[in-house]
Amino acid sequence: MSATVRLSVNGQPVEVPAGASVAAAMAHVTLHFRRSVSGTARAPLCGMGVCFECRVNIDGVPHVRACMTPVIEGMQVRTDD
Amino acid sequence: MTERYDILVVGAGPAGLTAARTAAAHGARVGLIDAQAQPGGQVWRHDVRHHAPREARAAISGLGQVELLSQHTVVAVEPSALRVEMPRGASELRYDALVLATGARELLLPFPGWTLPGVTGAGGLQALAKQGWPVAGKRVVIAGSGPLLLAAAATLRAHGAHVLGIYEQAAAASVHAFARQLVHWPAKAMQALGLRTRLAGVPYHFGSFIRGASGDDTLSRVDIEGPRGSQSIECDMLGVGYGLVPNVELAQLLGCALVHQGAHPRVQVDALLRTSVSGIYAAGEAGGIGGLAVARIEGEIAGHMAAGQTQAATALLPMRGKERRFGALLSHHFALDPRLLSLANAQTLICRCEDVTLGELDGFSDARSAKLVTRCGMGACQGRICGTALAELGRFPRNGARPPVFPTRLATLAGLTTFPSSDDY
Ligand SMILES: Cc1cc2nc3c(=O)[nH]c(=O)nc-3n(C[C@H](O)[C@H](O)[C@H](O)COP(=O)(O)OP(=O)(O)OC[C@H]3O[C@@H](n4cnc5c(N)ncnc54)[C@H](O)[C@@H]3O)c2cc1C
Ligand code: FES
Repeated sequence: MSATVRLSVNGQPVEVPAGASVAAAMAHVTLHFRRSVSGTARAPLCGMGVCFECRVNIDGVPHVRACMTPVIEGMQVRTDD
Repeated sequence: MTERYDILVVGAGPAGLTAARTAAAHGARVGLIDAQAQPGGQVWRHDVRHHAPREARAAISGLGQVELLSQHTVVAVEPSALRVEMPRGASELRYDALVLATGARELLLPFPGWTLPGVTGAGGLQALAKQGWPVAGKRVVIAGSGPLLLAAAATLRAHGAHVLGIYEQAAAASVHAFARQLVHWPAKAMQALGLRTRLAGVPYHFGSFIRGASGDDTLSRVDIEGPRGSQSIECDMLGVGYGLVPNVELAQLLGCALVHQGAHPRVQVDALLRTSVSGIYAAGEAGGIGGLAVARIEGEIAGHMAAGQTQAATALLPMRGKERRFGALLSHHFALDPRLLSLANAQTLICRCEDVTLGELDGFSDARSAKLVTRCGMGACQGRICGTALAELGRFPRNGARPPVFPTRLATLAGLTTFPSSDDY
């Protein structure tokens, strides 16, 4: 349980416990996960894969739900702006 | 790629875990599918910092021969087969019998400020904390309705959050009457007592609800309406949820009949958990909100039934009846205050995917025409958030489910024979 994983969020290094979600890792860096169609900042709402407010770009793949994705060593996460 | 199973179970919460293990014990080849990375469902969600409860570990380690298919999301259906998507790739899983244990999600109601970062569901915030979301030292307000608020607050506290208070919309008299009924469910009474002990010092307010949230670009303040008037509290996070709503979309897609009673449908089952479609069973909260004990006992019944062991299933029926009565008690004592349905004003966003306000929906009487004109419900959540809220607000009933059940890569759907020529996308 004590192992940690390092990843990058918008170019910033983050270290979190193994098994953490990308959403949790991102919250160490930013609360702005995506911009809505009218340009307001959004962050996770449901925490369980239903609302899609936590969508980010993970290793080049856009619109991935951060709350449903476990962190992997070396992962590159970007928000859409 | 196609794989064959005797029995497939969708959902690895307490209902699905029990169903899969029970069915496998009869010698069937069983696949247990879940979209999450770890088994456990909602109540037994994997926690990065704390061990799972003993019964959760037992349920997971007891899976034996069951093939656990984590990070598999069911997105579409074919006759006797499910189309699943994984982070990389997709496949088709065939079955002779199917158990739907898709559980429930939170009922989230719109109010001014609910789209601000820092505002989440109550169970949602609990889930995020278990995933490792940094809450230590954060000032957190928990609000909404139902016993889940206590569970969420206890998890947050265990992760180091400073829980400023729990705001329950139900009146004190109603919650106390509920607590008195718990003598008939000693295990639940013990659990409630345990939670209250873990929450010593955290104020639990009744007849109180969140009217609005504000902050510059993230949450900094909530407005609370209580029996003695309104007040504002500064906080870093708000977790607010108004109870649970069954996940019926997959059942709907499979053609299973639903029970439309109140604002939110549930999967229709008979006493032995048979849905209206032969060979398909439903267990746990998909068939109505009832809590952990219902999920486990129904998982066992459905596991026996899917394996063709009707007698073993029938023996469990008295236990199911008792636990199901608890669900009725919950909905009675935590019925929503009608004032909650008028918190959103004309400018409040209802559809968070397409940024549609409540005012823009005036004049529409059904979800489909509203969607065609305003795009409400057309976004990635496929109306799970806004459609559910609008049904609760009494605007219009939820739309039928259409494939895919979740937004999907095109390649996943290639070759599907049952993909309709959709008329309302
Ligand atoms: C956010 C949240 C937190 C909760 N916390 C607590 C708590 O702390 N204590 C408590 O007593 N109760 C809690 N509950 C209530 C809880 O729902 C029940 O007690 C119990 O988990 C119900 O079990 P279940 O097996 O019916 O469904 P669930 O536990 O909800 O499991 C359903 C599973 O099905 C999966 N699933 C659904 N659709 C698909 C699909 N299409 N493809 C693949 N997988 C799918 C989901 O990923 C999920 O893991 C919580 C509920 C929610 C929504
Ligand atoms: S927070 Fe709702 S889908 Fe991730």
